[in-house]
Amino acid sequence: MFMIFGYSSALLFGQLLLGLINGAFYALLSLGLAIIFGMLNIVNFAHGALFMLGAFVAWALLEFLGIPYWWSLLIAPIVVGAFGIILEKIFIARLYKLDHLYGLLLTFGLALVIEGLARNQFGSSGMPFAIPPELQGGTDLGFMFMPNYRGWVVLASASVCLVVWLIIDKTSLGANLRAATENPALVQSFGINVPRMITLTYAAGVALAAFAGVLAAPIYSVNPGMGSSFIITVFAVVVIGGMGSIAGSILTGFGLGIVEGLTKVFYPQGSATVIFVVMVIVLLTRPAGLFGRGGH
Amino acid sequence: MSLTRRGLLAATAASAVPMSARAQRPTLKIGVLTDLAGVYQDIVGPLAVECTRLAIADFGVSAKGFDVEIVTADHQNKPDIGASLARQWYDRDGVDIIMEGGSSAVALAVAAVAKDKNKAYINSGGATSDLTGTMCNAQTLHWTYDTYMLAKSTGGAMVKSGGDSWFFITADYAFGHALTRDVGSFVEQGGGKVLGKVATPFPGTTDFSAFLLQAQASGAKVIGLANAGADTINCIKQAREFGIKATLGGLLVFLSDVHSLGLEVCNGLVLTESFYWDLNDRTRAFSERLKAKSPARRAGMAQAGCYSSALHYLKVANDVGVGKFKAAGGADVIEMLKKMPTDDDVFGAGSIRPDGRVIHPSYLFQVKKPSESKGPWDYYKLLSTTPTDQAFRPIADGRCPLIKA
Repeated sequence: MFMIFGYSSALLFGQLLLGLINGAFYALLSLGLAIIFGMLNIVNFAHGALFMLGAFVAWALLEFLGIPYWWSLLIAPIVVGAFGIILEKIFIARLYKLDHLYGLLLTFGLALVIEGLARNQFGSSGMPFAIPPELQGGTDLGFMFMPNYRGWVVLASASVCLVVWLIIDKTSLGANLRAATENPALVQSFGINVPRMITLTYAAGVALAAFAGVLAAPIYSVNPGMGSSFIITVFAVVVIGGMGSIAGSILTGFGLGIVEGLTKVFYPQGSATVIFVVMVIVLLTRPAGLFGRGGH
Repeated sequence: MSLTRRGLLAATAASAVPMSARAQRPTLKIGVLTDLAGVYQDIVGPLAVECTRLAIADFGVSAKGFDVEIVTADHQNKPDIGASLARQWYDRDGVDIIMEGGSSAVALAVAAVAKDKNKAYINSGGATSDLTGTMCNAQTLHWTYDTYMLAKSTGGAMVKSGGDSWFFITADYAFGHALTRDVGSFVEQGGGKVLGKVATPFPGTTDFSAFLLQAQASGAKVIGLANAGADTINCIKQAREFGIKATLGGLLVFLSDVHSLGLEVCNGLVLTESFYWDLNDRTRAFSERLKAKSPARRAGMAQAGCYSSALHYLKVANDVGVGKFKAAGGADVIEMLKKMPTDDDVFGAGSIRPDGRVIHPSYLFQVKKPSESKGPWDYYKLLSTTPTDQAFRPIADGRCPLIKA
């Protein structure tokens, strides 16, 4: 093994890979946020709480009904997505005509309520959730030990991101969605039910958060605060990628995961801050974000 | 029947009579200040309140001619909130003593208020050994454990059993650095070596795999986890996932953390507590009584410490007479508490030192394998015991201003 800047290449490659894995979570979460912001113009601060709900639904399915992880990957997003529909219908739908700030405050409040209720019910230290037996163990890559489960996380996240991007960018459904955000009245006049489409878009964004939550459950402690530690970073990712840019949020998610991973080798204390440093630099030089369209 | 003003007055007067007769009995008011809904609620929280209530029931207050009232509040782990609640309780609400009293930062803030108002304060959940060191005062006792006890037991004993090279994963704030320093010095005293450490941002780190791999790359036999709560849980879970071979040294791990991780992940972890429910006949008897009040959870040391401290407080109050006890200032009350040796089902026999440190043995445990556990909460096996006189920092080394050199 050779040395780079005084660090062994094994350590660096290991961190690059780990960064990619964390980036997979950032990408999934920021993708949901970008969809919701792009289509609904809502800054969804409840995203972290819904991510946490996804993990808790997976835990509850296993604990009370004996339903294994693999089914949870499907069921938890549906359950949380349905919950998202209720949130959208009752609360968020009232805010579309108001300033962003109202949506932000409302969803932030919802996040606090959801987390508070979960904390009250389940305590703060969390619930055990094991890695599914099929994915236990790992592979020695020479430069690091790669747990099978982490490999699966990258794979699952990248494929879901790709599928979502294809749907929005390449299908007629996606075209309708994008058209509805530009001019809802016109799209409605073509006979398309725009309010329902918007509700379902919110549900889809939220379902992505829940999917990420299920993926995260075996890695992190399933606890009520697990979403709030992610959400601020993920917002920074969305801002860097360009608010509302789908491809931007995916690429930035993976990219920043790698930047963070490398920081953990060179200056560990700064690893929680580095993403915000990047954010400041990007905002100063490209205020619309790396992939954002100016003036959107 | 029609409701008349006269009838209402008569009824009120009648119901007030027994109330005022009852008020003739002196009442001790205990304030349990704790984290009721935050990150430490499972370590102390509602179960700490329940343990205090159990002490009152076990002592049989009603037969002793006085009453005890418990009030509770949530300090939210914020020193300013803790201090203002303490002021309000001492000044306005007539609280005689504050118990539990939170994590390190809140504990130091409340201790300062207790000194300022000359009122009594007993901490159970806080970790910092400064409470009986440079920041000690005559109004404060530190009951259950401290960072020195954890460092000596986990650090010292692991070196003896062959874990002679260490790498620390340190939460990057005062608590993490203090714990790293203390454990490091015990490791070196025992002939071990500290190969390195990595400071992780706090709060905000969820993925520790990068740091765990650095620890592994150092070749250390033991990875010391100088963090707490969710950070420790994530470290342990991810170390298992990445097949880390080194032994994990949990420097501040509570029974509730092990419960939430599960034995599948946690087995083999070495940690220190001053209480475990299945330690001996007395601890088991205590835990059975507590189970009647709180069937779902077993107490960890910080919660059990609330039982022990409340029971001792009531014994002394009964001994010196509640009237005299209530009238005394905080420093005098604490002085009376220090004079009587402690003895209860939680910690067994012990005593209170002049610097406010309550002393009892500490225990090094290893978390059982799933196959060794007989059921829920059967988690620990005892590795070694540090006797009472060695478990805590020698009084001369603490630089407590109460102790004249």
